[in-house]
Amino acid sequence: MRDRKPWLLVVGLTLTWLLLAAQVSLTQLLLGMAVALLMVFRFRPVRPVQPRLRRPASAFRLLGRVTLDILRSNYNVARIVLGLTGGREIRPGFVDIPLKLRDPHGLATLSAIVTSTPGTVWANLSEDGSTLTLHVLDLTENQHWIDTIKQRYESLLMEIFE
Amino acid sequence: MTGDSLPAWASIIAAVLLVVGGLCTALGSLGLLRLPSFYARMHGPSMGNTLGLGCVLLASMLLASVTSGKAVVHEVLITVFVVTTSPITAMLLMQASVRRPKVPPAG
Repeated sequence: MRDRKPWLLVVGLTLTWLLLAAQVSLTQLLLGMAVALLMVFRFRPVRPVQPRLRRPASAFRLLGRVTLDILRSNYNVARIVLGLTGGREIRPGFVDIPLKLRDPHGLATLSAIVTSTPGTVWANLSEDGSTLTLHVLDLTENQHWIDTIKQRYESLLMEIFE
Repeated sequence: MTGDSLPAWASIIAAVLLVVGGLCTALGSLGLLRLPSFYARMHGPSMGNTLGLGCVLLASMLLASVTSGKAVVHEVLITVFVVTTSPITAMLLMQASVRRPKVPPAG
């Protein structure tokens, strides 16, 4: 763990710098790289858990899935807000999801996904990290949400981070 | 920015994106107003946060790229920052409500 070099983070931060500078020139590239290297190596002691990306390529599959789900759930929530549920009362409620994912970076990514998807909000993660509680706007079937989180997101996140 | 330097296809796509984004944000805010409980209301604004914001940023990237003649993509960073920071506020609000002593509803 100790000798893993966080090159991906350096590349990411340099890219962020270039995007912020809004121009690609040698000066900006060198400046961005210097800042990124300084930040990454100076801040290593205060970031005890280093992420390890086992299969970064799976991240693109995850991005595709999440984009699709965001579009779909925006449509669903829009219908609920406008009252177009065919006369059916919506049932907001909590659902407990057993988690196998333990990597903190994976969990952070999962929380970003859950929050970005309208209709689901992260409510709680149990102390031992074994159960995630979500609040769902229209909880028709608990098992449906458990399957969605576990099969669509958790399996891919474990592939990427664990 | 002058309107006449903009080709028709770009203004049409940008207009559609802005209308869709605006509608999403408006519907999300309407949800905040209309949904029945605190927890249910948490779900409304995330519409504006995701698809609403996404559409507006895409329109902005398109317009800036077409008018300046080179790819302008630094709006992507806004998405990255919003997506990475919004779980924090969502969790804070949810935890505040979950841990609050339950008061029986009046009436």
